[in-house]
Amino acid sequence: MKWDTCDPKTAYVLHLADDALILGQRLAEWCGHGPILEQDIALTNISLDLIGLARQYYQYAAELMGEGCTENDLAYHRDSRAFMNHLICEQPNGHWGDTLARQFYFDTFHFFQLEALAQSSDERLRHIAAKAIKETSYHAQYSAEWIIRLGDGTEESHAKIAQSLRHFAPFAHEFFVASEVDRAAAEADFGPKVSDLSSSWEEKVNAILQLATLDPVDLGFPKKGGKAGLHSEHHGYLLAEMQSLARAYPDASW
Amino acid sequence: MSQASHQWPLWEVFVRSKNGLAHKHSGSLHAPDAEMALKNARDVYTRRSEGVSIWVVPSSSITASSPDEKDPLFAPSDDKVYRHPTFYDIPDEVGHM
Repeated sequence: MKWDTCDPKTAYVLHLADDALILGQRLAEWCGHGPILEQDIALTNISLDLIGLARQYYQYAAELMGEGCTENDLAYHRDSRAFMNHLICEQPNGHWGDTLARQFYFDTFHFFQLEALAQSSDERLRHIAAKAIKETSYHAQYSAEWIIRLGDGTEESHAKIAQSLRHFAPFAHEFFVASEVDRAAAEADFGPKVSDLSSSWEEKVNAILQLATLDPVDLGFPKKGGKAGLHSEHHGYLLAEMQSLARAYPDASW
Repeated sequence: MSQASHQWPLWEVFVRSKNGLAHKHSGSLHAPDAEMALKNARDVYTRRSEGVSIWVVPSSSITASSPDEKDPLFAPSDDKVYRHPTFYDIPDEVGHM
């Protein structure tokens, strides 16, 4: 398979799929490790939603690629350089506040992204987005509620979540810096112009931060490259764990 | 007791499985406040499309009858079968009762 030579639409669908899969995999690491049972279930539910969404995108991408390509090939047999997820998705979970800060930035972006995709020129993408936006609104509410509680909680929780939010802000900046794939998608009108999403995102994020008694977001200098396949070292370890079974037993099935 | 003070309060969860039915007790969970309790209840008790509406109530707000009072409270109705509407046929059109 030649992942790097696929057409702009396939590349864009893969980019959407990779975000969902990589963040879903990261959240799955919390399974059995949540601070309390209820939150463990909450995060793994979100993880499953994201992996379910990734499957819909990968199935579509596999159809577009043809030649017998399957969703499993795309998820488990591509290397790091072929993945086009945002860097923020692959960042380690850290502590509870880190995970929720990362989630809050992503969910808020994801919501506006899906809202735009529901107007895509591509029917299949419109369909997937219309379905996913319901669960994504819930994810965004859930992570926002946590930001408010941690920010407006104790002195310690306030300091920790402020630090986590600062840490992930430059990664969030990557949402709004168009990659070649984003640009091609916007030109053909099957995806949004990502820079157009930044004002809604900042407005929503800052409204929540204000409720949380936290400072407004400062995106800083963008940490980018993920959408072009240039990942942080964490990405390789994540793939190694996620893909090991499929690669050791290429014909394994349920 | 110091253990207990670090725990989030307990909430009782009631789920209505479809419109027209009453909310039914599903179980309990820990949450820091009511809003979070609702979200947790959604995740813990409605993952398989069990509900259309959720109530959460602080467990501490529930006053329960004591098992010791079982006889005075409930035994007297045991021999009053005429209180059951079992002598009537309920038409199917009535639906849930």
